[in-house]
Amino acid sequence: MNPEELRYSKDHEWIRVDGDRGRIGITDYAQNQLGDVVFLELPEVGRTLTAGEQFGTVESVKAVSELFSPVTGEVVEVNSELTSKPELINEDPQGEAWMVVVRITDPASVQALMDAEAYKALVESEAK
Amino acid sequence: MGDLRRTPLNTVHRESGAKMVPFGDWDMPVEYAGLISEHLAVRKAAGLFDVSHMGEFEIEGEGALAFLQRVTANDVAKLSDGRAQYSALPNASGCPIDDVILYRRAADRYLMIVNAANIEKDLAWLQSQGPSGCEVRDVSDERALVALQGPRSESILQALTSIDLSQLKFYRFVEGDVNGRRALVARTGYTGEDGFELMVAPGEVVELWAALLDAGKDEGLVPAGLGARDTLRLEARMLLYGNDMDETTTLVEAGLGWVVSLDEAKGDYNGRAVLAEQKASGAPSALVGFEVVGRGIARHGHPVYLGEQAVGAVTSGSYAPFLQKNIGLCYLPSARAVEGTEFDVDVRGRRLPARVVPTPFYKRPR
Repeated sequence: MNPEELRYSKDHEWIRVDGDRGRIGITDYAQNQLGDVVFLELPEVGRTLTAGEQFGTVESVKAVSELFSPVTGEVVEVNSELTSKPELINEDPQGEAWMVVVRITDPASVQALMDAEAYKALVESEAK
Repeated sequence: MGDLRRTPLNTVHRESGAKMVPFGDWDMPVEYAGLISEHLAVRKAAGLFDVSHMGEFEIEGEGALAFLQRVTANDVAKLSDGRAQYSALPNASGCPIDDVILYRRAADRYLMIVNAANIEKDLAWLQSQGPSGCEVRDVSDERALVALQGPRSESILQALTSIDLSQLKFYRFVEGDVNGRRALVARTGYTGEDGFELMVAPGEVVELWAALLDAGKDEGLVPAGLGARDTLRLEARMLLYGNDMDETTTLVEAGLGWVVSLDEAKGDYNGRAVLAEQKASGAPSALVGFEVVGRGIARHGHPVYLGEQAVGAVTSGSYAPFLQKNIGLCYLPSARAVEGTEFDVDVRGRRLPARVVPTPFYKRPR
């Protein structure tokens, strides 16, 4: 459920780091908490983000959830297809439903994230 | 916050993997497999809802009719045995204390179904209105209520009862046996579909729930949560008390003029003068249905602007799963409460254009 090679934020985003690039989405736990996703708002390419800064909004039929950048960097790619098929976030949250790719400008912001084991513990504590 | 109340089906919901949420004082299922699939199942096949949290009052005695005429807006004299009526309990300003369904079981025996959140308020209100020649009794804890809704409802329920359901018309009810137990079966609902509401003793509802799901398993019946119930009722423009109407909106403003009787024989009742005046000369504002024109979802509480003028807030707003549109309800000044009026909804600081459209948004094919 929570792949080992990803890093996780307390706001339930995941990031797959490859060199100075990081691909970002929301976790399976997050999509499950939201329910059927019907709307997504993403930033423009070129926007700079600080770790913890809001970069978009995801809405299910019943709930609104803000998206927070897990790292500091610049948006270099946006999954614009996802905004017309937001249901993919429920179907494949940690694969096809990636949201943005950032060029990481502060590698220390990656170090502050959780590994799969720590994230699993967070989810278990929230589920109680 | 104290412990949440639980319906007799609470354990059944939890064991089936439902997502449970606090709903008023109650711990209720918001969804089982998923809100959208449940919504579509009700439109195309059938869904089963636990609505046991709703309140029920018995109003019985020879003075029941006269009392009910004084405290409700609709004409109770139109009811005969086995008929139900949508109505409201207006205050002196013509605004609803609650919206209710009234059932006539006999000339001196009525049953009133009220909103869960309003049980105590309604009971206190009714007692304050001086029931004479009748008694108002809260029997909410002695009744469980489930709603079977959707086009396949009749054939599913028919398998469990000898009542001839083809003869039971809309807003009629019978008391008979379902699954071998005594039940009140009403052809009513809150989804915009054909369907039934079944009232049974709390100790019998778990068995009934299982029997219904079994009878419907080849017909596409699924358990459905309060999430789908809310989106279904919104598509059908059925109002939610506390959101779309309350003690500050008159029944005429809420578009419920059709439950306001001005029949002379009904006599005076709370708010009658105000309601009669508004029916004749118009009300200052009116509840309208709208569609979002831009990209985004308008939700309850989002501010509404006509140009730069703040005119209120969205009372209900959601993505509509069957229509695949973003829709909602809000109050507008009457002069602008007409089809085609364009206005803005403030969604977290962003202006989202919307347009008044005819309602109901969804009407079932007949």
